[in-house]
Amino acid sequence: MNYDIKKYRSDFPILSREVYGKPLVYFDNGATTQKPKSVIDSISDYYSRYNSNIHRGVHHLSQKASFAYENARATVQKHINANSANEIIFTRGTTESINLVAYSFLRNRLTPGDEILITEMEHHSNILPWQSLCEEKGAVLRIVPVNDNGELEIASLQKLLSPKTKFFAFTHVSNTLGTINQAKEIIELAHAANITVLVDGAQAIPHMQVDVQDLNCDFYCFSAHKIYGPTGIGALYVKEDILNDMIPYQTGGGTIKTVSFEKTVYVDGPLKFEAGTPNIEGAIGFAKALDYVNEIGMENIAMHEHKLLVYATEKMKAIPAMRIIGTAKEKAGVISFVVGKIHPFDLGTILDQQGIAVRTGHHCTQPLMERFGVPGTVRVSFGLYNTKEEVDLFIMALEKALKMLS
Amino acid sequence: MSIQEIENEIVEEFSMFEQWDDKYQYLIDMGKSLTPIEEKYKTPDRLIKGCQSQVWLHTELTGGKIIFHADSDAIITKGIVALLVRVFSNHTPKEIVDAQLTFINKIGLAEHLSPTRANGLVSMIKQMKLDAFALQSNSKME
Repeated sequence: MNYDIKKYRSDFPILSREVYGKPLVYFDNGATTQKPKSVIDSISDYYSRYNSNIHRGVHHLSQKASFAYENARATVQKHINANSANEIIFTRGTTESINLVAYSFLRNRLTPGDEILITEMEHHSNILPWQSLCEEKGAVLRIVPVNDNGELEIASLQKLLSPKTKFFAFTHVSNTLGTINQAKEIIELAHAANITVLVDGAQAIPHMQVDVQDLNCDFYCFSAHKIYGPTGIGALYVKEDILNDMIPYQTGGGTIKTVSFEKTVYVDGPLKFEAGTPNIEGAIGFAKALDYVNEIGMENIAMHEHKLLVYATEKMKAIPAMRIIGTAKEKAGVISFVVGKIHPFDLGTILDQQGIAVRTGHHCTQPLMERFGVPGTVRVSFGLYNTKEEVDLFIMALEKALKMLS
Repeated sequence: MSIQEIENEIVEEFSMFEQWDDKYQYLIDMGKSLTPIEEKYKTPDRLIKGCQSQVWLHTELTGGKIIFHADSDAIITKGIVALLVRVFSNHTPKEIVDAQLTFINKIGLAEHLSPTRANGLVSMIKQMKLDAFALQSNSKME
């Protein structure tokens, strides 16, 4: 297929800017992606033409805003092939989605001695809510280890699934290693042991077509800003029968059927979890971003990023003392690395001076850094608009940095 | 030399560089030539928070003057620390606490320092001043 990279790049206004007088090479897509003009315009359009509070007003603007907000929910539903829009809760992002599940679902179901299972490659956001819940409830946090390539040890996982295990949370794609976990098979294993499963999809959603019915997960979490949408909004997919059995996360306006001082009756469905006036423009921008990637096609984006991954990996391997952290068979467009004893921070600084935006540090995965015996890494992560020419610029800049630093 | 005079000296040195890479190379070289801190001083209480890289600071008071020893695991950070050590060491606690550093802006590094690093730099200066202040208070009490 013809991947019209030139056109796609022109859709993103920020890509034409310079940094320190050099063209910007944006390789920090794992942290956040840039936004196409259609997303930016949709937010400005909302405020210019139909800003209004939703779900309450009888007037025209409120109805238009409510429609756009609920339409966005339907767009998210279709994008991940959820069975119903009632299964989509808007949150502030992946982190809030995970915290919501910890509080609204698991907290009341956990007793002392129960176990929560996570993996060694989790982002802190998929560790801390569970760790804190374990501390509160006297439950135990168990960890599925990763092998030297950065893949989950499935044999260990099988051993760790026990009658005590009440919940299993794991990442679909590792933000640090790029590893794509075989989510469907893993979920099947957990379900066979009667364990509820949450998938952190923050890094998977921009890189592949996700189908929650095919995965058969119970919860799936992701953020809009990692898939070319605005910050401050994300989604939590919950199977409908589970959702109806969950308690509100926060209480307040917009979540109720009736309120008296004696008793409050909550609405059914996702609105029960969206107390207060929500991020309306965020939802609208989120839906626009999904429209945008679907126009290009997730399969095409995945293929494009895979080509960049292979190309960059080959070039990087030729650099002396290069150590790529995360060499799984199945990888998304993420490359973490260190070179010799050079501190990632130094590399990041000199790359930045040359207009190359990368991530340095522990990537909110300190236990994983410990596992691989490094204080941190430099991480390049690709988006749909990156090019081979940019990889070449990056390699040149990296070689210059190495020359300066060694 | 006063703190101000050392600052002026550094500003003059950096004014010779027109290109960013020369400036950074100078900083890197300065980092390399900074006397490493003794291993026994690399303790958690001497670690400065707020840096992406690790910075250790050990402070001594000798004959009324403060001597700083510092180190970092990142070479550019170490270069920046070396500049601060050069500016602050061999001055009285009062001089250090009162100093209003201006050289960082003048050498054209502040504009390049990202927030994470800028915060690290701010933390370093703050810690040096706090150490100087604490040693001054201690010596008064004795």
